[in-house]
Amino acid sequence: MSAAIVYVPRDASAAALGADAVAAEIDRQARDRGIAVRIVRNGTRGLTWLEPLVEVVTPIGRLAYGPVLPGDVPGLFDAGFLGGASHRLSLGPIEQHPYLKNQQRVTFARVGVIDPVSVAEYVAHDGFQGLREALRTSPADIVRIVTDSGLRGRGGAAFPAGIKWKTVLEQSAPQKYIACNADEGDSGTFADRMLMEGDPFQLIEGMTIAALGVGASQGYIYLRVEYPHSHRVLTEALAAARGAGFLGQNIMGSGAHFDIEVRLGAGAYICGEETSMLESLEGRRGEVRVRPPLPAIKGLFGMPTVVNNVITLASVPAILHKGAEAYRQLGSGRSRGTLPLQLAGNLKHPGLVERAFGLTLRELLYDYGGGSASGRPLRAVQIGGPLGAYVPVSQFDALIDYEGLSGIGALLGHGGIVAFDDTVDMARMARYAMAFCAHESCGKCTPCRIGSTRGVEVIDRIVAGVDRQQNLEVLNDLCETMVHGSLCGLGGMTPFPVQSALKHFPEDFTRGGSH
Amino acid sequence: MFDTQPSRDELLALIAPCKGLPGPLLVMLHAIQDRVGYVPASAIPVLAEELNLSRAEVQGVISFYHHFRDRPPAKRRIEICRAESCQALQGDRLTAHIEQRTRLRLGETSADGSMSLQPVYCLGLCSASPALMIDGTVHARVTPERFDELLSQMETRE
Repeated sequence: MSAAIVYVPRDASAAALGADAVAAEIDRQARDRGIAVRIVRNGTRGLTWLEPLVEVVTPIGRLAYGPVLPGDVPGLFDAGFLGGASHRLSLGPIEQHPYLKNQQRVTFARVGVIDPVSVAEYVAHDGFQGLREALRTSPADIVRIVTDSGLRGRGGAAFPAGIKWKTVLEQSAPQKYIACNADEGDSGTFADRMLMEGDPFQLIEGMTIAALGVGASQGYIYLRVEYPHSHRVLTEALAAARGAGFLGQNIMGSGAHFDIEVRLGAGAYICGEETSMLESLEGRRGEVRVRPPLPAIKGLFGMPTVVNNVITLASVPAILHKGAEAYRQLGSGRSRGTLPLQLAGNLKHPGLVERAFGLTLRELLYDYGGGSASGRPLRAVQIGGPLGAYVPVSQFDALIDYEGLSGIGALLGHGGIVAFDDTVDMARMARYAMAFCAHESCGKCTPCRIGSTRGVEVIDRIVAGVDRQQNLEVLNDLCETMVHGSLCGLGGMTPFPVQSALKHFPEDFTRGGSH
Repeated sequence: MFDTQPSRDELLALIAPCKGLPGPLLVMLHAIQDRVGYVPASAIPVLAEELNLSRAEVQGVISFYHHFRDRPPAKRRIEICRAESCQALQGDRLTAHIEQRTRLRLGETSADGSMSLQPVYCLGLCSASPALMIDGTVHARVTPERFDELLSQMETRE
């Protein structure tokens, strides 16, 4: 009899909830009982409230159990979970789970499904088909296909990827680079991490296609040091891709050469800003550069460089494989394709939801997210990380796409959404935004370096009721100065959460004090 | 880890594998800290000389990044995520509980160097908040009761 196959995620979120101990216990129980079991450490499906989520392969598909603690494992064996038997933790066929079934998984199609470091499994699930196509296509056509797909940068700036690539392609230089921004520092976001830990070959393939498109021979993944699990998976995957001839010299026998090195950040939020990331990759302080010149013209080590986020690059293989039109058909307005939305904070069902652009916030927060985890009413969500605006319940019918959110004064950013219930103190959250900016400012621009600290002090005075009206004016002036006087988004966008909190929740600022 | 400050030769050996890389200073600093536990002051002139930089430039890079330490870390390190998602799920209450249990304030190291309590800003575990890290191992959906369990496991390991 062949070994039963059991999937236990190796993703950091599952590991932080005890998945490694669960895998060890399954192994131990199987040995004790003399049962042959093969444990595959997959990525997470993104139903985080059910992690650690264990799946077994049965004739009727993959059946899930969760959340599984090590102490549940003997009982699962007793019940006969390897044959798919019913148990109080049974979740049934995982792919039929409404949270997953009602998604449109394109970029995350393989995440949680395959062994992330097995080239054979990746290939068996359409892996490297985009690269195969790219090797038959001229650089100009690769760039055109990406442009035609409508793919925009998923890191937050939403700049059309193909146009950036075209600029790099048109440069004549002895060396060009692909720099993948994996410095996912925004609170509420984890899509990059989940992708790297669940399907790293797709990122490698996307970077290789970008290299073929623009004529680059070296790539870097700038990975935040807070992601050691991603680092391990990427290191294994890069070695496996090289070993199988999909990376390095003579890729797939084509004669093309491209290689990738992972470089670790060192705990600086600002290094997620592209020019600061380039400084850091060059071994310097991560201070932002003045643009122009654009990185596409003069980027890493002064050479033309494609700087794209993990999800942007990982979206490319499917575009090459299935065609620009298939991708373009998804989405709404000028936001084409799908977006991995990340549900975080006070929600009953936090996790990852990949959908084409154009669903509403309400749908996302209640149909997928299940409302608050605390059972209290939701009061606000912050979209797009610590520099994103706070959105009140009255605006939950806004459409999730780039234009829909900017219409209500918010930004989609990297697609992370943090929900708060009615116990949140929005003056505190506004103060935190300023304090975070002060903590993470690179120091180059005065409005950001000094203004953020003054911002904390002014908010404290407003809340304490000291010259409240005058200080509200000072805060507004300060926000204007930061928006217009900062080189990058840190100083330039910190006012967004502050001003949106003031606008939608003014009562939180005037509750205390004497005036 | 080294019990004493590494010698110049030991430092040179640590950074030797990174020498051919373009822009290698961060890679070298990681190599040193991973092995030594921190970046000792004695590494600064060595790195400056090897990379043809001024000592001020090397110092400037080390001090820019929160990750690099200039002294040995505490024996036990607790790092609590203080970002928005963890705040949305009672992160403040958890932090207050941990401060009380460890008798340390956020940002402090105990006088005998046995334990430190540091804030971090996002571990990327926002769908399982609140999160923290103990000696480099991540834990999510941490309640005060769960923290007490982790703390007693930590004490048993000693």
